[in-house]
Amino acid sequence: MADPMKIRAQMKGDVAEVRILMGHAMETGQRKDAAGKAIPAHFIQSMTVDVGGKRVVDGQIGTSVSRNPVFGFKVKGAKAGDKVVVSWVDNKGDKRTDEAAVA
Amino acid sequence: MKQNFIGALCAVAVMGGAFAQTPKKPAAKPAAKMAPAPMVEEKDAATLEFEKFRAEMEESNPAELFEMKGEEQWKTKRGPKNVSLAESCDLGQGVGKVEGAYVKMPRYFADADAVMDAERRIVWCMVEKQGFKFDEIAAKPFANANFTPDITNLVTYVAGHSRNMKIAVPLKDPKVREAYETGKAMAAYRAGPYDFSCNTCHGSDGKRIRMQNLPNLSTAAGAMKGVQGWPGYRMTGGVMLTHQWRMGDCFRQQRFPQPKYASDAIAYLLTYMIGNANGQVYKGPGIKR
Amino acid sequence: MTKKIILAASMAATLMIALPAVAEGDYRAKAIATFNKDFQARGQASIDRLAEDGLQLICNRTGNKPPEYIAKQMEADQLADVKYPADGKMLGDWKAGEKLAQSGRGFTWSDKPGLPVGGNCYNCHRISPNETSFGTIGPTLYQFGKLRGNTPDIQKYVYSKIYNAKAHNLCSEMPRFGRVGALGEKQIKDLVALLLDPASPVNK
Repeated sequence: MADPMKIRAQMKGDVAEVRILMGHAMETGQRKDAAGKAIPAHFIQSMTVDVGGKRVVDGQIGTSVSRNPVFGFKVKGAKAGDKVVVSWVDNKGDKRTDEAAVA
Repeated sequence: MKQNFIGALCAVAVMGGAFAQTPKKPAAKPAAKMAPAPMVEEKDAATLEFEKFRAEMEESNPAELFEMKGEEQWKTKRGPKNVSLAESCDLGQGVGKVEGAYVKMPRYFADADAVMDAERRIVWCMVEKQGFKFDEIAAKPFANANFTPDITNLVTYVAGHSRNMKIAVPLKDPKVREAYETGKAMAAYRAGPYDFSCNTCHGSDGKRIRMQNLPNLSTAAGAMKGVQGWPGYRMTGGVMLTHQWRMGDCFRQQRFPQPKYASDAIAYLLTYMIGNANGQVYKGPGIKR
Repeated sequence: MTKKIILAASMAATLMIALPAVAEGDYRAKAIATFNKDFQARGQASIDRLAEDGLQLICNRTGNKPPEYIAKQMEADQLADVKYPADGKMLGDWKAGEKLAQSGRGFTWSDKPGLPVGGNCYNCHRISPNETSFGTIGPTLYQFGKLRGNTPDIQKYVYSKIYNAKAHNLCSEMPRFGRVGALGEKQIKDLVALLLDPASPVNK
């Protein structure tokens, strides 16, 4: 089962600063285990972020992103109390959705 | 909006890439015939770049993911006895209390009749209170690229509840003092094929191995450098590692045999090191390259 | 060899009587007992590495400051034990020496057993000006040959220093590379060349 994300969203002036920490192996498929066998690729393929019911991110990501990735961005037009909903789906079909409120 | 996001992604991707490989040292040529040796404090470009990155990452340290898992494991009824650590484990501040516990260990625990560092104490609770088998925990005590043991999450969780608190090892307790003095003597003990002791590298100021600064563990500031950032999230490989792990790796490089997990030996050495750092501020689980 | 160890051990016994008031006395005994109780063999790092040999014992018991007369005597023993090359030639290939100086591998529980191991030189010393990533536990060796010359005496000194640093400074931080079998004759010759060969970048 996928691990929970850590989501932080804070108003700075009229802009919400959002930071998302995802727990994911992000295996590239290039690494080999101790026995020399290739470790199969396992990575987040797509993610979405909704803030206050509006989709603000609909992105594709891949194996160049590090393990346990961190994403940071700013959202205009958000306000304190808005719900931030983050979802991701990986190449094995695992998925995870977490939410937090803008502080 | 989308553009902004892609920018952020790129930044993350580039950082990830940069730290996936060992930073190359600059192929600097000597400026003049008699180039003076660089100052001890001089930092190479890769180090400076990493420090900038680390400052950025400390706000969203992946260590927090392990803290979250540790919190869940701390509060969940687990093990053959089906009890939670929250309702059974005393880290020295009362049963279940984690606030400020990490910076006040190692300390003496009468119920175990031993001086214990945080990791050793949590293991003791898992064994005595929850009924886990010590040998099973000790068989795979540290994280690797494909596996993170529960104890690592738990230590990270406990350490996270001592953020921005001062180190306060109770050195006035005679049992703790004895552990400190024994640890101090262990740090001075030279043996092995290369005649190394802990102090060979960590006993005086301003030394380096290659470009790696070596903290002098006999001073408060130096000892704190050895404490700060542990447990730490290591960017290379994305692995969460504890202070116990770090101590073991020092002995590996010292060409010594391996210290047993959660043993008196490590507890004594940590009492010496962390005790020397008394009064310094601990910033919580860290991030390492 | 046995004789020397006995000599060292008997001196240690003398020391224990001569210096009974070493403050760390009790804790030292407890420290050693703790090492023996709480360390385990792993890979090539066997448990016997925890035992002090005579020289380590002298240095440990005196805080690395042995009384002058003991130091001098034991340094002389160490020097007498140095095995110089049979052909009398001390200078090898500085390029091979540079490569060896770069490597810090060998003797840890994660290293494959077997020889040769790395020289570990840059871990602690500044040597060639082309290598800017160097440690500072030992003194700088940059321009060593240029400053000291490349005479047979200097060659012999450098050879013996790498073979057994304790022959010149009993409680030196530097390992006894030749004495413990980490570096063989060829490796030491190459390192001597790195420091002394006028063609080596160290002396440019």
